[in-house]
Amino acid sequence: MRRLISFRDFDWVLLGFVLLLSVVSVLEIYSATLHTKFIHFDQKQILWLLGSLVCMFAFSFIDYHLLLDVAHWAYGFCIVALLAVLLAGQRVLGARRWIRLGSIHFQPSEWVKLVLIVAVARYFSHLAGRNLGWGDIFKAMAMVGVPMLLVLKQPDLGTALTYVPILLCGLFLGGISFKKAAILVLAGGLAIIPVWHKVLKPYQKQRLVSFLQPDNDPRGSGYQIRQSLIAVGSGGIWGKGATKGTQTQGDFLPIPYTDFIFAAFGEEHGFVGAALVLLLYFLILMRLIQNAQTAADLPGTLIIMGVVAVLIFQIAVNVGMVIGLMPVTGIPLPLMSYGGSSVLFTFLALGIVMNIRMGRFVN
Amino acid sequence: MASSHHSDEKIPAIKLTAVQYLVALVLVILLSGLWRLQVLGAQSYRALAQANRVRKVPILGARGKIYDRDGRLIVDNYPSVTCFLVPEQAHDLKADLPLIARGLHLDVEQLQNTLYHFRHQPKYQPIPLKEDITPDELAFIAAHGNELPELETIDEQRRLYPSNGFAAHLIGYVGEVSEEMLDDPRYAFYQPGDMVGRSGIEEAYDPILRGQDGSRDVIVDSHGRELGVLGTEPTVPGTPLKLTIDLDVQEAAEKALGPRSGAIVAIDPRTGEVLAMVSHPTFDPNDFATRIHRDAWNKLITDPDHPLLNKAIQAQLAPGSTFKIIEAIAGLQEGIAQALTVDCHGGATFYGRYFKCWISARHQSHGITDISKGIYQSCDVYFYTLAEKLGIGKIAEWAHKFGLGEKTGIDLPNEAAGIMPSEDWKMRNYHQKWFAGETISVGIGQGATAVTPIQLVRAIAGIASGGVLKRPHVVFPDEIPPAYREYYKEQFPGSGDKIVPIDPANWEIVTDAMAQVTTFAGTAGFAHLNGIDFAGKTGTAQTVSNEYKKNAGGGSVKLRDNAWFVGVSPRRNPEIAVVVLWENGAEGYLSARLAAQVIEAYVDKQRRMDNNLHLPTENRTANGAASSAPIATRAQPEKSAQKPLEMAGLWNAAAGSPSLYPGAHEIPYGPGTVLRGARFPLPAFDASSMRQRKTRRKAAASGSGMR
Repeated sequence: MRRLISFRDFDWVLLGFVLLLSVVSVLEIYSATLHTKFIHFDQKQILWLLGSLVCMFAFSFIDYHLLLDVAHWAYGFCIVALLAVLLAGQRVLGARRWIRLGSIHFQPSEWVKLVLIVAVARYFSHLAGRNLGWGDIFKAMAMVGVPMLLVLKQPDLGTALTYVPILLCGLFLGGISFKKAAILVLAGGLAIIPVWHKVLKPYQKQRLVSFLQPDNDPRGSGYQIRQSLIAVGSGGIWGKGATKGTQTQGDFLPIPYTDFIFAAFGEEHGFVGAALVLLLYFLILMRLIQNAQTAADLPGTLIIMGVVAVLIFQIAVNVGMVIGLMPVTGIPLPLMSYGGSSVLFTFLALGIVMNIRMGRFVN
Repeated sequence: MASSHHSDEKIPAIKLTAVQYLVALVLVILLSGLWRLQVLGAQSYRALAQANRVRKVPILGARGKIYDRDGRLIVDNYPSVTCFLVPEQAHDLKADLPLIARGLHLDVEQLQNTLYHFRHQPKYQPIPLKEDITPDELAFIAAHGNELPELETIDEQRRLYPSNGFAAHLIGYVGEVSEEMLDDPRYAFYQPGDMVGRSGIEEAYDPILRGQDGSRDVIVDSHGRELGVLGTEPTVPGTPLKLTIDLDVQEAAEKALGPRSGAIVAIDPRTGEVLAMVSHPTFDPNDFATRIHRDAWNKLITDPDHPLLNKAIQAQLAPGSTFKIIEAIAGLQEGIAQALTVDCHGGATFYGRYFKCWISARHQSHGITDISKGIYQSCDVYFYTLAEKLGIGKIAEWAHKFGLGEKTGIDLPNEAAGIMPSEDWKMRNYHQKWFAGETISVGIGQGATAVTPIQLVRAIAGIASGGVLKRPHVVFPDEIPPAYREYYKEQFPGSGDKIVPIDPANWEIVTDAMAQVTTFAGTAGFAHLNGIDFAGKTGTAQTVSNEYKKNAGGGSVKLRDNAWFVGVSPRRNPEIAVVVLWENGAEGYLSARLAAQVIEAYVDKQRRMDNNLHLPTENRTANGAASSAPIATRAQPEKSAQKPLEMAGLWNAAAGSPSLYPGAHEIPYGPGTVLRGARFPLPAFDASSMRQRKTRRKAAASGSGMR
């Protein structure tokens, strides 16, 4: 059945908020790289944004049911790609995260996120109406767990962690009983001990330790947190003004155009600016949830909520890290941090959301 | 197509609403975190951000320069740059080392050793690589700012001391403040790493000479690169200091003592002003201006001639026959000596023991001797007899009146007190009774008696001045800033200014006899100065017993007697008094000739000034009026030109200037030779030193006497 697609149903409001945030992002990337060798990254980011925007429109024309149908193939391809990265990936800063095809570099772990969202949505929509048994739950956990372990192996703790909210969101909306949820939480708590000893790398532990006691090692791992806190705190209510942040411009703040962009923004635009950005995130997320509510069918809702889960998780972890509420994990801030993969993921996800929204009156 | 999308199941609205609330909650938590940092904590974080980017670069204040009494420069400063390495700022320290080594003219190995030495300190602390770097090296550092961000420099004003150790003990040197000093409230202003006066005038007048450091507030990035300057706090240079030292007299004294080991002090007895103070062997204080090399330091502290000791105020030695002047005044004032005559047969027996007179070694005797002949011929028998009649109580009393065995209170650190033995003293220190025979030895300045040269010259000059004793000092009291006068009043305790009433008749007898000393009739006829009223007293003080000397073969330079001379000019109310200590100089009259050179230089200068023939600063260098070459032809005329002309020869910078005393470092001293008779410093009592003293007493009792 061919559905009607009309731009009248396109979510222009959502796109407006997203583009507004993107503009803020580009301006801050400009400011944060002004005196560094990364100057002009803002222009590259604009190109990424334009390209991603085109992809978003393209995706918005693809019926998301089609995506759901090929989800298992895509999932299989993801596992292969992640294995390929582990075996033949490019080593950058000690981690294999990139795979090279010709002159293009891919970081598969980013779009694996998207595939997982669709695959999890498909899985739980199949189970709709049934109470989730332990078997269903473990299957879902395995589905998310396998790529997660592969990404963890790269090692990329940050990205691996972003797969968790997809699973949690699926379980929650898929109808896990309160009792089973409680048991899972307990088991998860107990699992922390072996994970700490066997799975985490020393530097990852160090990050967690220095998150808890940043002043213990002001020149080592705690340095980033400390400098970030100083940047945000010294911004005050109104901020120091664009390109005037001493922490950002003096290169005290680490990577102020990617992971710590919110600190740079907070320093230069103060509490008012940072609160406005959080407000924009709030509006975007509310708009997405609203779209989820009005989606035509269960998988549509699940996909959008998966996107919401990933976004709120990344926002919480990244901003939490910047203001000292979370350890340093290396998760970029969606729609703010510089980086093509991140931008592309967000806009492709938005493309799917648009498609779901446009199909809402089908039945 | 039957698979996924036909389910009409809907997710309960409450679950989505729950997610909405969760999202809102997360954002509110984040917002409250921002509030805490940016609104509540803004002030403290702003301070931290400021501390991050603003670095206080210290500008070191220059120390005050030091001048002689005529305003001639003795100690100058010169700008110097030190290069540091901050390991934290390096991209790849190991790879940079060869380049750094090449640029700074260091060995790579040497560089690695330095880094290894500092390996335990935090990476952000600078490691001093090279001090006093050349303009070439500075240019290298500036040119490689980007490749070698770990290199940093600091400008400072370094001390420039006269070369060849000229007046080194008097001036002292500066060094890094030590841990112990930092605990001392006097050094409350100092930070670890600061330079502080560690000896001599530099130490004593450190509070005045010290400058106040300023700073420059520089905006830096996280790599320490300077982005701008916020402001500067200016330095306050130290106060310059004018000494009582007369460079002409000092130079004459340096030349007179030459390569010999010992000390010369010249004072103006009318005021206590020190005109010259020399202690040899000497050291180069410029070695201390940069961090002293360990080998050089070890050499200085293990040298048996004690080059770091200011013998003028720290050597405590038997005064020998110079003590007879004090004893003579005691005998005259007590009314014993006027009528006392002895018949010297080359020795005499006291308390059952025979004491020789020095003349017996020449198979002669003094015959009938009165007080006057006793002084100018230095007859031991006369003074044995006088000592016996006076008793140790009276001798010690008069010696104490003239400040023997006490600090003089000179304004230099670590003055020694010496020893004036007495019954009390022996009981206090050794819990033993005084032996009458010891009095006989004390009568000729032996036994346990130990004086410092400054003590001795003040006492004898005081007697020549009719009993007016002054506190010796090297800085004019009115040169001390008012704020420090109270402080310096209590800083140097000692016998200070005092008047000891002396009968004018007695005064004449002693001073006339002292004037006879430098005539053909006296013991120092060789030192006679034509046309100058030059009076004095020789002293030849044994350092070891005669038996010991015999057993040791007798020939060793180290075992020779110490040669003393205290001279004044004119004989009464003198303008200058000079003490010469020539360690192992063997004969007192040899020292008298050294003293004569100093007196002559002083008198010549006074006469020239009186006749207005020369101004003291004209055409003179510290190396002497007869300096070898005109200044303009020196090796580095442009450097000399920066210095005051008259002092151009004093500095290392003025290369090619001849050594003040050629051969000064060629004194043969074998390893393990011990300077006997000298106490550096006063030893704590132990059995062996007591034995040593007994030996010496025995020696004095049985051996030849002193002249």
